Amino acid sequence: MVPTNYYLVLSAILFGLGVLAFIFKRNVITIFMSIELMLNAVNLAFVAFSQAMHKLDGQVFVLFVIVVAAAEAAVGLAIIILTARNRQSLNVERVDLLKL
Amino acid sequence: MTPQLVVFFVLAALAVGGALSLILQKHPIHSALSLIVVMVSLAGLYLMMGAEFVAAVQIIVYGGAIMVLFVFVIMLLNAGVEEHTSISKIAGLPGLLLAFALTGFIVATIARSTDSVQAAAQPGNMASTRDLSTMIFRDFVYPFELTSFLILVAVLGAIVLAQREKA
Repeated sequence: MVPTNYYLVLSAILFGLGVLAFIFKRNVITIFMSIELMLNAVNLAFVAFSQAMHKLDGQVFVLFVIVVAAAEAAVGLAIIILTARNRQSLNVERVDLLKL
Repeated sequence: MTPQLVVFFVLAALAVGGALSLILQKHPIHSALSLIVVMVSLAGLYLMMGAEFVAAVQIIVYGGAIMVLFVFVIMLLNAGVEEHTSISKIAGLPGLLLAFALTGFIVATIARSTDSVQAAAQPGNMASTRDLSTMIFRDFVYPFELTSFLILVAVLGAIVLAQREKA
């Protein structure tokens, strides 16, 4: 049996790496992927708590998080396509004006 | 060291390695493939924790649908190697420190709360997928219906946004 703390520490490390990727990456698609990484880290914590408490609420929340992540990916990637079409670039540093 | 711990450490190393590779790779398509490694190893961890349905959904929805969407968009936009300006290099050091501080705080908090988490773990067998479905369709039926509405709105929004404007 793996202690719950191990899962939680792994979740924290993955979340930190997601924050790091969010800060360091300059490509808007990769930044979006780092958000998905952070969501995954939180899902791991949810399932770990669900296992530790012997309650299924955590797993239900994970399913909802996955649904929201799917909706977010659909809308977010549509926005990315739109900005890339308007700015001819995927670098976030080139998206610094509200008006073209 | 029990076999379960060995499997845990292998999967954890795969997940952390994939996340590191996501940061270190220069090309977005390589980052996307590293993220798939993270997601599959997390699905393995869910299986170890007895959450079979969540593991299957993780692979089908995350590893399948969402990442395919990402790869499609990367190929559609012909995304190349990312470029860094001098300002982003200067901002990198504080960012690195802050991210490490955040991770350190979370890990320290978890390490301090060892007793409470362990005390909550009672013996008993893990619930099955049937119990999960009962829970979703009985206790969480209104949030469940709301998510279907959310997906409908997201699909409509994505179509409207990505639509090519008429000249």
